[in-house]
Amino acid sequence: MYTFSSKLKTFSFILMAVGILGIGYGFLNAPKDIHEVENILSASSHGGHGEATHEEAKSHEEAHTTTKHEAKGEVSEANEHEEHLNHVLHQLQNKPWSALYVACIFFMLLTMGTLVFYAINVVAVAGWSPVLNRVMQGITAYLPIGSAIFFVILVMCGLHFNHIFSWLNEGVTDPASPNYDALIAGKAGYLNFGFWIARAFIFIAGWNLYRHLSRKNCLAQDEADDNANYKKNFKLSAGFLVFFIVSESIMSWDWIMSVDPHWFSTLFGWYVFASFFVSGITTIAMVTVYLKSKGYLEYVNTSHIHDLAKFMFGISIFWTYLWFSQFMLIWYADIPEEITYFVTRINDYNLPFFGAVVMNFVFPLLILVNTDFKRITWVIVMAGIVILAGHYIDFFNMIMPGTVGDQWFIGIPEISSVLFFLGLFIFTVFTALTKAPLLAKRNPYIEESKHFHY
Amino acid sequence: MSNKVIYAIYNDDDILMNAVKKTRAAHHHIEDVFCPFPVHGLDKAMGIAPTRLAICSFLYGCVGISFATFMMSYIMIHDWPQDIGGKPSFSFIQNMPSFVPIMFEMTVFFAAHLMVITFYMRSRLWPFKKAENPDVRTTDDHFLMEVAVNDNEEELVSFFQGTGAVEVKVIEKN
Repeated sequence: MYTFSSKLKTFSFILMAVGILGIGYGFLNAPKDIHEVENILSASSHGGHGEATHEEAKSHEEAHTTTKHEAKGEVSEANEHEEHLNHVLHQLQNKPWSALYVACIFFMLLTMGTLVFYAINVVAVAGWSPVLNRVMQGITAYLPIGSAIFFVILVMCGLHFNHIFSWLNEGVTDPASPNYDALIAGKAGYLNFGFWIARAFIFIAGWNLYRHLSRKNCLAQDEADDNANYKKNFKLSAGFLVFFIVSESIMSWDWIMSVDPHWFSTLFGWYVFASFFVSGITTIAMVTVYLKSKGYLEYVNTSHIHDLAKFMFGISIFWTYLWFSQFMLIWYADIPEEITYFVTRINDYNLPFFGAVVMNFVFPLLILVNTDFKRITWVIVMAGIVILAGHYIDFFNMIMPGTVGDQWFIGIPEISSVLFFLGLFIFTVFTALTKAPLLAKRNPYIEESKHFHY
Repeated sequence: MSNKVIYAIYNDDDILMNAVKKTRAAHHHIEDVFCPFPVHGLDKAMGIAPTRLAICSFLYGCVGISFATFMMSYIMIHDWPQDIGGKPSFSFIQNMPSFVPIMFEMTVFFAAHLMVITFYMRSRLWPFKKAENPDVRTTDDHFLMEVAVNDNEEELVSFFQGTGAVEVKVIEKN
């Protein structure tokens, strides 16, 4: 049995405390009205960010100082200026929310990546992985709490605490309203709060149900004298994978793509999946390596670690394939309604956008291509940290441009949100690991797994 | 000096693996092992140095991606600039995304083909080459281990009969 070391427990509490303080600071520091925004914009003109915005604002100011303008024109200029400030105000008010949202969905989906990896191994009747079953189940123990927090955030979005989802705004579907948006109105049959939150509830409930039942069966199998529980788990996992791949695709439209409600991409679901699947596998590898370094998991040998590293490498390439496929087709066709997505990212998010490709493709490709490196612990940990950070940035790139525009920054709210969820993740996962023996001793393939040798 | 070798023939890969390990432990020199299919871990058990084929493959891939970059740059940009889909035709870097699939394919093509050719050359294989395997059954369902004999014929024969060989032959090689 694993015991949660008090050092790690304290560390996770510190992460959570620091995270909460930072998140609170982010919310308190968000501007309340457009006057504050004006101050922020003029102050940020010295920094790198918001340059375009500033230029725009400046050109408005210049327009004010010239006396040539008619009174009428000046009024419309002033209105435009105020509208712009309002827009920036909403973006800045969105910032702490988006920071929280990105970190929350990233950690939740990362556990989903682990859960899917587990389910695939069960359905494939994989002989190598059963010694890792309890590690994977430990990681997915974060799912109930992670998805509950996420669901609460979704409900708060629906109650207009923030403007992450612009299609939730008042009047977007009402032709009489100044907020009317014909494109969103056309999608209102699908994108409306009731249907959206109902889907979210069904998906989250379904995923949690599978996690709960598969864990229960796996534990029951330990004490059983036949393989009934194992067979049950096989059928359950096969059913879950069918449910998952449909719900995952819809989930990616609902929770990520609809942040840019005018834009669409048909392979978006796969792209999001590849991102959190590789994050999940990386997390399995890192937790395994950690437990191994503490002297647990006696049956996990370098061949198991090697296999996990192969998956880290392979799915990183897969992610790149989808990233590039999505990018190239849209770049090549250059249709205005599609290309705007990448124009925003390349103009305003140049560093994170291309940085994510370096961290998620170039780095893992060069470091993990070597067979021997896939067996070296410190290489796996280092590659794993870079891959996880890279996929956080990938999710950042998916969500932030639609919610905060060019006002992004990876500052206190963003880092604190990550720290908070990381602390919560560590606390939940390692608490769950203490609850059951780390070896699924009665799994019919456990002997093969113990002697797995590549 | 005689060029005698022993052919120990097995009909199961697990028995073969154990026999190889025992032979190595007893310090007999294994010349070669002939199998109808690749046996996992056999190279390690025989004590053969790790393959360098992967390094070759990586280098061939580098050649492939360089060649594709040069080729696309020459064809599409320098020799006869082509305007496809309104992309600027005088800049390689601005057209690069549309060349990525070609660069990828050429990398795979070079790495795969040259690796196979290297493998054939290292294994001294070419078309119409006369088969070198000493027993035709090694292309069907038998495994053969070839071990050098140094004036210890009887000892070796009894040793291999003890390792589960279905047949042990002593052959004069020339």
